[in-house]
Amino acid sequence: MSLVSTTSKIDRLAQLTAGTETSSGASLWREAMRRLRRSKPALIGGVVIAAFVLLAVIGPWIAPYSPTDQTWRGEVFSNRGEFVGARAENWFGLDHLGRDVFSRMLVGARQTLLVGVVSMLIGLLVGAVIGLVSGAAATLGGRFGQRIDDLVMRVTDILLALPSLLLAVSVAAVMGQSLTTVMIAVGVVQIPVFARLLRGSMLAQGGSDYVLAARSLGIRKRRIVVTQILPNSLSPVIVQATLSLATAIIEAAALSYLGLGNPDPSVPEWGVMLSQAERFFDNEPMMSMYPAVAIIITALGFTLLGEAMREALDPKLRG
Amino acid sequence: MSLLTVDELTVTFGGRGRKDVRAVNGVSFSVDQGQIVGLVGESGCGKSVTSLALMGLLPSKGVTLGGRAELDGTDLLSLRPSKMRDLRGREMAMIFQDPLSSLNPVIPIGVQVTEILQRHRGMKGEAARKEAAHLLDRVGIPDPDRRLKEFPHQLSGGMRQRALIAMAVACAPRLLIADEPTTALDVTIQAQILDLLKELVDQEGTALLMITHDLGVVAGLCDQVNVLYAGKVVESAGRRELFAHPTHPYTHGLLGSIPRLDAPRGEPLHPIRGSINDQIAWADGCAFAPRCDRYEMECLTGTPELTEPRAAGHRARCANPVLATTEVPA
Amino acid sequence: MSLLELDGVKVHFPVRKGLLFNRTVGHVYAVDGISLKVEAGQTYGLVGESGCGKTTLGRAVLRLVDVTDGSVVLDGTDVAKLPEKELRTFRRRLQMVFQDPLGSLNPRQNIESILSEGMAAHGIGADQDERRERIRDILAKVGLPSNALSRYPHEFSGGQRQRIGIARALVLEPDLIICDEPVSALDVSIQAQVINLLEELQESMGLTYLVIAHDLAVVRHISDVIGVMYLGSLVEEAPSDALYEEPLHPYTRALMSAVPVPDPEVEDRRERILLHGDLPSPANPPSGCRFHTRCPWAQPKCAEERPELTDAGGGHKVACHFTGEIKAGTLRRAGEPEPSAAPEPSAPAKTVPPQAPAPEAETPEAEASEGSSGEGKPGAKAPGAKASGEK
Repeated sequence: MSLVSTTSKIDRLAQLTAGTETSSGASLWREAMRRLRRSKPALIGGVVIAAFVLLAVIGPWIAPYSPTDQTWRGEVFSNRGEFVGARAENWFGLDHLGRDVFSRMLVGARQTLLVGVVSMLIGLLVGAVIGLVSGAAATLGGRFGQRIDDLVMRVTDILLALPSLLLAVSVAAVMGQSLTTVMIAVGVVQIPVFARLLRGSMLAQGGSDYVLAARSLGIRKRRIVVTQILPNSLSPVIVQATLSLATAIIEAAALSYLGLGNPDPSVPEWGVMLSQAERFFDNEPMMSMYPAVAIIITALGFTLLGEAMREALDPKLRG
Repeated sequence: MSLLTVDELTVTFGGRGRKDVRAVNGVSFSVDQGQIVGLVGESGCGKSVTSLALMGLLPSKGVTLGGRAELDGTDLLSLRPSKMRDLRGREMAMIFQDPLSSLNPVIPIGVQVTEILQRHRGMKGEAARKEAAHLLDRVGIPDPDRRLKEFPHQLSGGMRQRALIAMAVACAPRLLIADEPTTALDVTIQAQILDLLKELVDQEGTALLMITHDLGVVAGLCDQVNVLYAGKVVESAGRRELFAHPTHPYTHGLLGSIPRLDAPRGEPLHPIRGSINDQIAWADGCAFAPRCDRYEMECLTGTPELTEPRAAGHRARCANPVLATTEVPA
Repeated sequence: MSLLELDGVKVHFPVRKGLLFNRTVGHVYAVDGISLKVEAGQTYGLVGESGCGKTTLGRAVLRLVDVTDGSVVLDGTDVAKLPEKELRTFRRRLQMVFQDPLGSLNPRQNIESILSEGMAAHGIGADQDERRERIRDILAKVGLPSNALSRYPHEFSGGQRQRIGIARALVLEPDLIICDEPVSALDVSIQAQVINLLEELQESMGLTYLVIAHDLAVVRHISDVIGVMYLGSLVEEAPSDALYEEPLHPYTRALMSAVPVPDPEVEDRRERILLHGDLPSPANPPSGCRFHTRCPWAQPKCAEERPELTDAGGGHKVACHFTGEIKAGTLRRAGEPEPSAAPEPSAPAKTVPPQAPAPEAETPEAEASEGSSGEGKPGAKAPGAKASGEK
């Protein structure tokens, strides 16, 4: 009898505790993705970005007209202040040279995305390498490493101290006016940001107990940096990269606006369009509106996603 | 009548698409004037949430309160926020675990103490400053006039906790709630602070609700002890009775888990198996059953009631309590 | 020969100031001359309050911090002077269990990766299969299910995480395991599980521990020998039972009287020795005996001369000038009621800070009336002697 009651009570207990097991074997990255999928800002940001990327890819094919042909040249007289606004034929109206603005917007998405991504990548890659060297030297390099770190950080401090737009203008001035210049100029500005961020994050992780544990296990320093410190330091950098895309697009637009953008008129780009339309703002404000709003929405999309990622990757909000 | 009566208090956290979590699941106890009552339990047992609920310090969003909590006839749970603010500090005050983060780092100690005196006792200027100095002196801070001008970071951990106690007793509240007041402190400093608390209760007649995980602290300080597990009181008794005859298997297990300084060496400890994660819902049975060596079929059918299986006034929530005094926890 | 021998170990951290040129403006004397021996197969418990340098000492043994002076000899090799290259491979023999079970595990590594990394670094196990076999073996020993391998640290409870930390140390088969506050971050019921586990492992595998903790009850429970640290140096060292039976140093006595015991009978009976004030800064330690600013028995000599750790018989070492007098009761505590004759104040104001109670002179009358009633010992009821309370 007692055996029966023992097994039945164990069965009952097992039945009651079933379902409370929560182990899933999911890594932190996967958990972060799970949280990200549930976040509303991430969803909105993701949709905006997806639409933007889609436009960048298929834009030239779905554009109803050529973005460069001055088909309706005879209807627009910018010197007299005569413009053509939105109409059935041209959804966003015509620009000052009689080109279809809607087509130019569609085609320009690709250039804009390219400028944003490439300049962000320049900043990210160069900045991350500098940050990694500096961070690794500072955390595990001993006295000599601290010297290296000091030196590298002073140089990035100088870069950081320069006003970003001024720096971009100087780069553009040295290298001449071209699309590459814009990308490099905007990218260079981002370098110290990424370098500082990664180094700071690595320093914080470098002081943690698990790094101490790895050291006491006798693991090689290089390996500690790669397997322990770096993976745990990447979250803020990933977030910053997303946010940087937004600022890169805006900065590129700003450079174009200042006349340092892509001089090639055959390739439309939102920043260039904005700078050209601005001259006619008094007569035809809508012409500036389209690229401006497009830039704002895209930047907002990246910012929303970046903020959502910051939240999803925050280890304090785990669970 | 008791000063503080808590009856079937429940606190549920929920909202925002998350599953509801019931942190406090029907806690009842009372505190008399001049009495020290302990709420003991491990992390996650709901002891801190209980204290925050009593003080009205839980966020209003996403938290559902149930049951009753009365301070001398005033219902604490339904009190308007403005009334609650008046009550806090004057009638009841709280001492927190971390004295550094409980003090404003950019304001001198003196200003923080006089602020309370101004708000609740209407004191001003020199009178308030004098009273503040007197309070610091009262809690054993040497050279109070100098300390009043200092900032929290200039004080040591023990001194900060004293300053916090001074602020709590500034208006001679009738109830003090201390949430792990000595956990962040070293043992020698802990001894000083406990001594001070005991002295305040003895001399001012304040009631003290002591929330702690440390049974050792409870043994030396509290008159009445309530042991919490998974948001419910599982055992409640006078301190001598509780420590002499722990009746609930959880209390029994806790006492068997603690290495005692005065125990003969080499005696093995008797830990409770599993962890707080091994739990079943109170509605289904005893939440402690998965970790208990004495559970029976009836422990798994419905919530066990608080009964007095051993002695009057010694209540335990267990269907199969430990009654023999010689029984060694397995 | 002892497994681990520390001789005059000092760890001083320079305090630097300046923007461009870092000047050293002083030192933090975290560890200031510690000598001790840990015997193979035994547990040495190092106890002290925060800021006493016990954690730094543990790290110095592993050379996670550099040793300023002195030697740390493990089995004939001086770890403090080992070249960087040899140090890495030597570290296998010294392992550590950390206080914060979650913080000491890389959140982005699964358990298998955490446990096999050390083995890979030291070339233990021919291939991944062999290592996995060994990891399963160790997991069983520390009481974790083998399906833990593919899971991540955040999916475990606190006690389980600490078991992972212990397993990580064990896989390398170290000679000495340093446990830095191994249970202080855990709940009471879980603490006992981990303490029992450490003891079982020691028995079955013949491990040697250096346990660092602030909880005297825990340290007494698991240690064979206990060293009491105060402000960077050892004030007392004795076999566990001897230290409990008869604490000689005033600091140890105060510490023991302050540890709460979960028994109202004991709590009500015992006499507390309350210390005044707080721990002085290790950057500016007091002269003479480091403890004299808080010692209820402090004498003028204590501020001038630093006492050495000397053997008081039976391996019971203590660093105090007045051990004999305090034990015999001829030296009375400040604030203690005098049974007869007015005390004769002899406080040298310039050596004893204001918050320290004025030491009282030795009076022969006191000796006659009180004798050695063993007061000051926890549990021993001393009639009339109440805690030296606050002002």
